[in-house]
Amino acid sequence: MKQTVVALAIMGIGLSGAHAQEMVVKLGSVAPLTGTIAHLGKDNENGARLAIEDANAKGITIGGKKVKFELMGEDDQADPRTGTTVAQRLMDAGVKGVVGHLNSGTTIPASRIYNQAGVPMISPSATNPTLTRQGYKAVFRTIANDVQQGGVLGKFIVGPLAAKTVAIIDDRTAYGQGLADETEKAVKAGGGKVVAREFTTDKATDFNAILTKIRGAKPDVIFFGGMDAQGGPMLRQLKQLGVEAKFVTGDGGCSPEMIKLAGEAIGANAYCSMAGLPLEKMPGGAEFRNRYKARFGADVQIYSPYAYDAAMAMINAMQAANSPEPAKYLPELKKSSFPGVTGTVSFDDLGDIKEGAITMYQFKAGTWAPM
Amino acid sequence: MEIFLQQIVNGLVVGSVYALVALGYTMVYGILGLINFAHGDLVMVGALTALQTMMFLMGVAPGMSPVAMLTLSLLVAIPVCMLLAFTMERLAYRPLRNAPRLAPLITAIGVSFLLQTLAMIVWGRNYHTFPQLISTTPVQPIEGVFITPIQITIIIVSALMMAGLILLVTKTKLGRAMRATAENHRVAALMGVDTNMIIALTFVIGAALAAVAGVMFASNYGIAHYGMGFMPGLKAFTAAVLGGIGNLGGAMLGGVVLGLVESFGAGYIEQATFGFLNSSYQDIFAFIILGLVLIFKPTGLLGERVSDRA
Repeated sequence: MKQTVVALAIMGIGLSGAHAQEMVVKLGSVAPLTGTIAHLGKDNENGARLAIEDANAKGITIGGKKVKFELMGEDDQADPRTGTTVAQRLMDAGVKGVVGHLNSGTTIPASRIYNQAGVPMISPSATNPTLTRQGYKAVFRTIANDVQQGGVLGKFIVGPLAAKTVAIIDDRTAYGQGLADETEKAVKAGGGKVVAREFTTDKATDFNAILTKIRGAKPDVIFFGGMDAQGGPMLRQLKQLGVEAKFVTGDGGCSPEMIKLAGEAIGANAYCSMAGLPLEKMPGGAEFRNRYKARFGADVQIYSPYAYDAAMAMINAMQAANSPEPAKYLPELKKSSFPGVTGTVSFDDLGDIKEGAITMYQFKAGTWAPM
Repeated sequence: MEIFLQQIVNGLVVGSVYALVALGYTMVYGILGLINFAHGDLVMVGALTALQTMMFLMGVAPGMSPVAMLTLSLLVAIPVCMLLAFTMERLAYRPLRNAPRLAPLITAIGVSFLLQTLAMIVWGRNYHTFPQLISTTPVQPIEGVFITPIQITIIIVSALMMAGLILLVTKTKLGRAMRATAENHRVAALMGVDTNMIIALTFVIGAALAAVAGVMFASNYGIAHYGMGFMPGLKAFTAAVLGGIGNLGGAMLGGVVLGLVESFGAGYIEQATFGFLNSSYQDIFAFIILGLVLIFKPTGLLGERVSDRA
């Protein structure tokens, strides 16, 4: 009897304490904030930050406590080894969920650390198929993967572009190589011939040597699996070398930055694919663009809407589970189904986004126009 | 055939820039035995300062001729880099002149990070488009071989600057003082040479070359970025070692050879190895050549006396 009284008293203290103080829930965001694609990394972090600020403004309560979400933004430098180091740092800091990483090459090794800790990870931009095929339970992504994207690209190259000969370049990252391999498969399946397969790195600026070699093979279409920082200068050098083939790239090159960097060298012969829908066609796209611009004073690069949805998926799952503990909210996260900025967010058994759409774009009148 | 000639053009353009940057590494090494890893980042500072100047000029005098604008921006970028190099030497390297050799080396790496981070704060993370004031519309001197006016400019300017530097070092009083300091700076000081001044000037001259290299590099590729100096810096350092670090002629030869090797490596490695290796090994190819040269000629292609260094 005495024990019950003590227990009740303790509960009483616990309850009154809960009203007085708010609970802080930390979420992590990892992306390269320095290096060649720092602009894309900052974009991802901004997306997650916007979601967290929205949740805080709404004043969410979980388990009867008012929750204040905090974002821990880490820099993985697009480097796999740094990626695992910061992943460990986030786990040590007691983060309840991670939005990231940006690159497939950093996300795949880091996912192992999150998986061991049982903390859910949602990548807004890593598209390499391997990520969700490692048997990890807490790994998700809000973007369509490269099997889907490469298939669409390959069909597009041999179909609407009617290419017979194709040259393929990749930047030797998990993303670039994965996308290029999937595209190559789809090109071959569609009856196209791959006349050159060349490689560069994600730090290179000079591609003249490999482009000269490709020029010798006279392809109808050149496909590049890589990011805008390389794609832009590559277009310039193609023009300087007098190559007139059509240029196709994936979502890494489907940014305003690509257009800026290619300058006068970009024309109607440039195409790109993007997982998901164009910002204008996303259900919450226009509103997101304006709010993003107002908050950060910059334009949306590529993936920030996906980062926003990733963070929101976690926050919603925590609310549904009434707990911020990974083990408790993970089942709810798997069952997610809500209208996000990018569309309906729900995951299949592997953790891939369901019905990940792919849109093709062509360069027209100074911008990427959806086809 | 035109593919072969095109690869020579590609290699020469890249090699000229490497050579110009390599001179800065090799001059400092010749005099101090220090590998100044921050030298590559001066290339970046040069390019971004020139970019800033161009933006300013386009704002105040939109009608200015491209050549005048390029010249003016160079006239800003060069002194900025010189001043930076002077400060760098004075604050970071001079206090360590008599420290063990590892200390200034690590300091140089630190200065490199410092410069990159500062540039990131000043100019942001994004890539900047660099105005291509010299035409990039290719001409074909031979059917099928494309070269742009900016690339021709790069080759000519590099050659002129290198020739100027050689004249400076071999024919002038300053050059003699530099050579004397390199030989033995204590004895040179006894002969009345202000060695501190000479060492500072060596850094400053190297910085001027790096600024020019940066502006040309950015003009050619049309982009500038706070991390853009790292790779050319690394390659130029390799070129300096390849040619024989400490040797001016060696740096130039090394730069051009490295440019050509990279170009041919990427272009022909697949045929040469019957498809066993491909262009993802282009950098390795350059380093294999470096390794071979150093195995058979440890002082590099043109070598440099090392007996008085050990």
